[in-house]
Amino acid sequence: MSSGYYPRDLDLHPKAYTPGYRTTVLRSPQKALIGFDGSITEFTGPTFGHNTIGEFDNNLIVNYAKPGESAIGERIMVHGYVLDEEARPVRNTLVEFWQANAGGRYRHKKDTYLAPLDPNFGGCGRTMTRDDGYFQFFTIRPGAYPWPNGKNDWRPAHIHFSVFGTAFAQRLITQMYFEGDPNIAICPIVNTITDKSAIDRLTARLDMHNSRPHDMRAYRFDIVLRGKRSTMFENRKEGN
Amino acid sequence: MPYAPKLQESASQTAGPYVHIGCMPNTVGIHGVYDHDLGHEMITGDAQGERIKLEAIVYDGSGTPLKDAMVEIWQADANGVYNSPEDGRPSDPHFTGWGRQHADHDTGVFTFETVKPGAVTYNGVTQAPHVLVWITARGINLGLATRIYFDDETEANAADPFLSRIELKVRVPSLIAKRDGNTYRHEIYLQGDNETIFFDL
Repeated sequence: MSSGYYPRDLDLHPKAYTPGYRTTVLRSPQKALIGFDGSITEFTGPTFGHNTIGEFDNNLIVNYAKPGESAIGERIMVHGYVLDEEARPVRNTLVEFWQANAGGRYRHKKDTYLAPLDPNFGGCGRTMTRDDGYFQFFTIRPGAYPWPNGKNDWRPAHIHFSVFGTAFAQRLITQMYFEGDPNIAICPIVNTITDKSAIDRLTARLDMHNSRPHDMRAYRFDIVLRGKRSTMFENRKEGN
Repeated sequence: MPYAPKLQESASQTAGPYVHIGCMPNTVGIHGVYDHDLGHEMITGDAQGERIKLEAIVYDGSGTPLKDAMVEIWQADANGVYNSPEDGRPSDPHFTGWGRQHADHDTGVFTFETVKPGAVTYNGVTQAPHVLVWITARGINLGLATRIYFDDETEANAADPFLSRIELKVRVPSLIAKRDGNTYRHEIYLQGDNETIFFDL
């Protein structure tokens, strides 16, 4: 059994109340979080078999497309490793992702942006990490889009990620941005994170080494989950 | 300088308004990609224990139910064992322990068809029956973790190590669901006088 996880450094994460992102104003708890070392409840979590994953689950270019067709947009491969804070691989864990289409529109009835839906793009995918923590998926580069917050706020191109890890203590939802996008620096959601290096670590790097010539470019994105504490091999006197 | 781990945890970002596209696409009309949405069914066969329905509503600071949130729960089986290799004990093969739901479009109620968890005894520590709850939504920057306990477990709740360490006893009822037949109802308040206890996972 696990003896727990490294405490979460809450300064790396956004605070709950970040009024620049207006929706947080009424959705942010105002009382202090209760500190708690955790228990077997938090040190366990759901696991999924590789048979959970369908053949095209990691290919958003085709997984919603009609036979023989594919999604419109810049073809990319996103890949990297899920690691813990000690750079150990988080193996066989489920990674889910979702995104807007190339024009910046989500396939959702509440998204009424002018950009058209792509009949061949659904916007969701998932995969499991390998034994070394590696994951990979194929998609189109999502578009930037305007959103109701300030008078003229635009989200940088981004892909949402949901990761489980081996215990609920590691559960994380985050977003991946693309290197060089000038909208990153001026996005109120990105800027809920005050640590610039933490924003930088959510920014995928163009990876020409793993790009496929005449086909698709690659982006490298690693995800780090909380580290697992070492087990104490403590000899105890009887009765203690 | 104190030891620093090799890497730093990735920062959280909001799940946004379209979390269901990624995590439960069939519920928002995206069909044909996944056969079924993960976490929709927690009971996969003849699970042991009492079948219960857990109904929760999440209110924002204006008292409005969050209808665009996604709620996950994680709990032990009827014998108090988690369906996880990290637990190490054999758990009920017909119970996943993990549920994921969206809110009802009209009422904002999240409904989980589950079994009542057993008391959890591990390494000599016993916890009252409880459910870990994790809430993500637009406007929530880091997933919110809380617990649900059960109002018909008075003695076990009184001895529970997590509830016992909460200094402000007046806040403890914010973690306890109320039984009505086979249904437990629970209200989660993100803000206000009745703000629910959230903990640092």
